Amino acid sequence: MFRDQLKNTDFHHFNQNLRIMADKEKKQYIIVHSAKYETTYTKKYLNRKVWAEPNFNNINSYIPGTIIDILVKVGQVLKEGDSIIVLEAMKMYNDIQMPFKGRILKINIEKGQKIPKNFLMMEIEPVD
Amino acid sequence: MSLKRNILDLRKRKDQVRLGGGEEAIEKQAAMGKMTARARIHAIVDEGSFHEYDMFVEHVGTDFDMGSKVLAGDGVVIGTGTIYGSSVCLYAQDFTVAGGSLGLMHSRKITKIMDHALKMRVPLIGINDSGGARIQEGVNSLAGYGEIFFRNTLSSGVIPQISVILGPCAGGAVYSPALTDFVFVVENISKMFITGPAVIKSVLGEDISMEALGGARVHAEITGNAHFYALSEKECFEQIKQLITYIPWNNTHKAKTFPPQEPKTKLKIENIVPADARLPYDIRDIIKTITDGSEFFEIMELFAANIVIGFGRMNGETIGFVANQPLVLAGVLDCDSSDKAARFIRYCNAFNIPIITLEDMPGYLPGVDQEHAGVIRHGAKVLYAYSEATVPKITVIIRKAYGGGYIAMNSRHLRADFVFAWPTAEIAVMGPEGAANIVFRKEIAEAEDPEAMRAQKVQEYKDKFANPYVAASKGYIDEVIEPQETRKILLHALRISAGKDVQGPAKKHGLPPF
Repeated sequence: MFRDQLKNTDFHHFNQNLRIMADKEKKQYIIVHSAKYETTYTKKYLNRKVWAEPNFNNINSYIPGTIIDILVKVGQVLKEGDSIIVLEAMKMYNDIQMPFKGRILKINIEKGQKIPKNFLMMEIEPVD
Repeated sequence: MSLKRNILDLRKRKDQVRLGGGEEAIEKQAAMGKMTARARIHAIVDEGSFHEYDMFVEHVGTDFDMGSKVLAGDGVVIGTGTIYGSSVCLYAQDFTVAGGSLGLMHSRKITKIMDHALKMRVPLIGINDSGGARIQEGVNSLAGYGEIFFRNTLSSGVIPQISVILGPCAGGAVYSPALTDFVFVVENISKMFITGPAVIKSVLGEDISMEALGGARVHAEITGNAHFYALSEKECFEQIKQLITYIPWNNTHKAKTFPPQEPKTKLKIENIVPADARLPYDIRDIIKTITDGSEFFEIMELFAANIVIGFGRMNGETIGFVANQPLVLAGVLDCDSSDKAARFIRYCNAFNIPIITLEDMPGYLPGVDQEHAGVIRHGAKVLYAYSEATVPKITVIIRKAYGGGYIAMNSRHLRADFVFAWPTAEIAVMGPEGAANIVFRKEIAEAEDPEAMRAQKVQEYKDKFANPYVAASKGYIDEVIEPQETRKILLHALRISAGKDVQGPAKKHGLPPF
């Protein structure tokens, strides 16, 4: 399965090249190709988004908006492509679908609720 | 007899227009720390040199009761003047008149002065202070913006174009500055965004202030939309005037030359750089030991500070400097610094400014965020810009020149005219630590004391490859120089390159990765 493949992929080599260390004297370091360089960080660098392995069991909002309809109930088993949520954003109705065959574990939203981007709307689990 | 009456009438009419949106509106503008449109122009140009045109242009809006309204000069001032004797064309939006909103005639005034600047091949300075499109004029104001963007593009690379953001500049209006060469912003006064805080809140529910969304500091440090950041309008005008001294009138001229000067700095070039390649220093200190009068006019100081760009003079002539900055992020190339350097290199090339590259960088910034942000296509811009440039291109390798970074930073292979290296230069595929780990992987793993073996192998690699002599033995480096000779040798190389003339293959235009 796609999820398992991702898990087995070695993303760690990225992070090993670059370790951030804040020493006691407030010196900042950056590691490139195993060599540790003394330097300073930029604000943008400190605020950068650190990559995290995606959890495909979480249905997050990819855009902020309003929940128009919830089409499923907890415990329901659905197949890939079934509609589960209608999310209105930028004056459009977005049809949120099951990414794979699975069961609804938890619903964190209500009809009419306004949600930001990356809001955890539902949790699901795969079913064989 | 009647002539005098006519003259008095003219004066009265002009005074009326000069009052813009009236005293109350002018007071409001002043309360925000903002000067009026004409005062701004007068603060930039040589005293008494400004001539205004189209003062009596009137707007043509008729819908929504606009027909009965009088808008002085339709909210924009256009004209010509000089800065230190160099001709410039200028326009300044007048916020006191209908919020500086852009209607059809307003835009026609701007495009008139733009056409003039292009025809006369002189720089254009635009001061933006406008609430945006004049909604009452509908699609006519959109047409106006389009006509401005088209002229910005047409003039690009022919005449220098400078944008000064001294007020709001929102929606479509931001694209004119974005198309120009240099954008100036002032703390608390400049605001640039495509979608304002109110719309963002109503549509997306995200609450953000104007300053945090698109204030001066944001554009100078985070987005890279602004090139110069000032704390007051006065400081901003000084920056503009200084910039004008470094750039030519147009792409067929060279920048004005000044009397040559020796560097003033008390710093000794050989004492600035630590011998240990892992310790930082400020590359700008090196630049100041090289340039006339130790002057360096830095561009985009706050954005992607891991690369330093800007103008200095050598033998009185303007030089563009591109230099890795070990003080920030170890001087790595990343998406932002590549973008910053590439655009500057292309600017120098378009306006006949020789480029000196100072190199000290460990490679590209590793990280998922960088890879996913497209460091490949951004990094490629640097290769493209250096390869394409036909102005004199000179490189000095100070310490680290590793891997792709070595190639990118104006190497011999991209047709650098001269490549010099200090004896401290390390030109290799990667640093000794990384290389030893790969080349001697087996030896290190099988050794009784792997750490001791690693240290020994790192030293072995260092002795063999971490120097300028391997590259020099292939002719990739022209000369290994003593640090204190740097300025002398650069002056010589610039003199030799003065008549450089190379032509690439004919083409409509290249396809840089943007």
